[in-house]
Amino acid sequence: MQTDTKSKIDQTTSPSGNPVTVLRFEGDISSASKEAVIGSYQSLSKATVKTVLLDFTKVEYINSSGIALVIQLLMEAANSGQKVLAFGLSAHFQKVFTMVGITKYAGLFPDQTAALATV
Amino acid sequence: MTATTARTTTVEVRLPSRLGFEKVAMSTAASVAKLMGFREERIEDLKTAVAEACINAIEHGNRLNEKLSVGVTLSAGTDQLEVKVMDDGKGMKNLPIKPDIDRKMHGEEDPRGMGMFLIQALVDEAEWVVGANGKGSYVRLVIRLDKEQA
Repeated sequence: MQTDTKSKIDQTTSPSGNPVTVLRFEGDISSASKEAVIGSYQSLSKATVKTVLLDFTKVEYINSSGIALVIQLLMEAANSGQKVLAFGLSAHFQKVFTMVGITKYAGLFPDQTAALATV
Repeated sequence: MTATTARTTTVEVRLPSRLGFEKVAMSTAASVAKLMGFREERIEDLKTAVAEACINAIEHGNRLNEKLSVGVTLSAGTDQLEVKVMDDGKGMKNLPIKPDIDRKMHGEEDPRGMGMFLIQALVDEAEWVVGANGKGSYVRLVIRLDKEQA
């Protein structure tokens, strides 16, 4: 009964000319989102992808199991030497991500332009 | 179901013990809070707290047994909203602890297990009550209207 999570992978370039991979999520992020979150991340090449942006613009509901998946993604990215940034979270989920400490390992930005400006 | 006394209006919802149905309680709580005049920011806090309490009840209290249901009672008073989420489990033995993101990132702590912490951090009161005879436990949440909202 949990809502499906859709994910899409885009490639873009930062204003500094660095390649950036964007994982765009849509729907809920919950325990049912493992394939969308972890599966899509693991499909990226660890050799060539150095910066990953997580797009939460079209996500309305994230629960603690979904946050745990984001942390799992951050763990794998840290072990691979990849930088992860996130954008598009509502003010509430920015607060929740900050409360659980995710901001220590992933910068949060209001939109893609602001995130890309730091890469 | 709705009941009204002189000062409190009560709304009750029963959920199947199936993940995803916590959103029904979340939406109901948000509707009641909106009618009471809570700010949008506090409604978002309440939605997450109620969702996490229901997920705990479904997963840990009723162990995903769909023959059991989760009861949610919302009691709207003049200056606060109390939410009780009841299940057939034995209750929470441990109080919530603040997640340690460094330990989680190093694989020393389960990435999950943040629900109770979020509940406690997002509402004004949270208590976990163990039911008599080891059954019928509940979590009780209270969110208060700010003075300027009341």
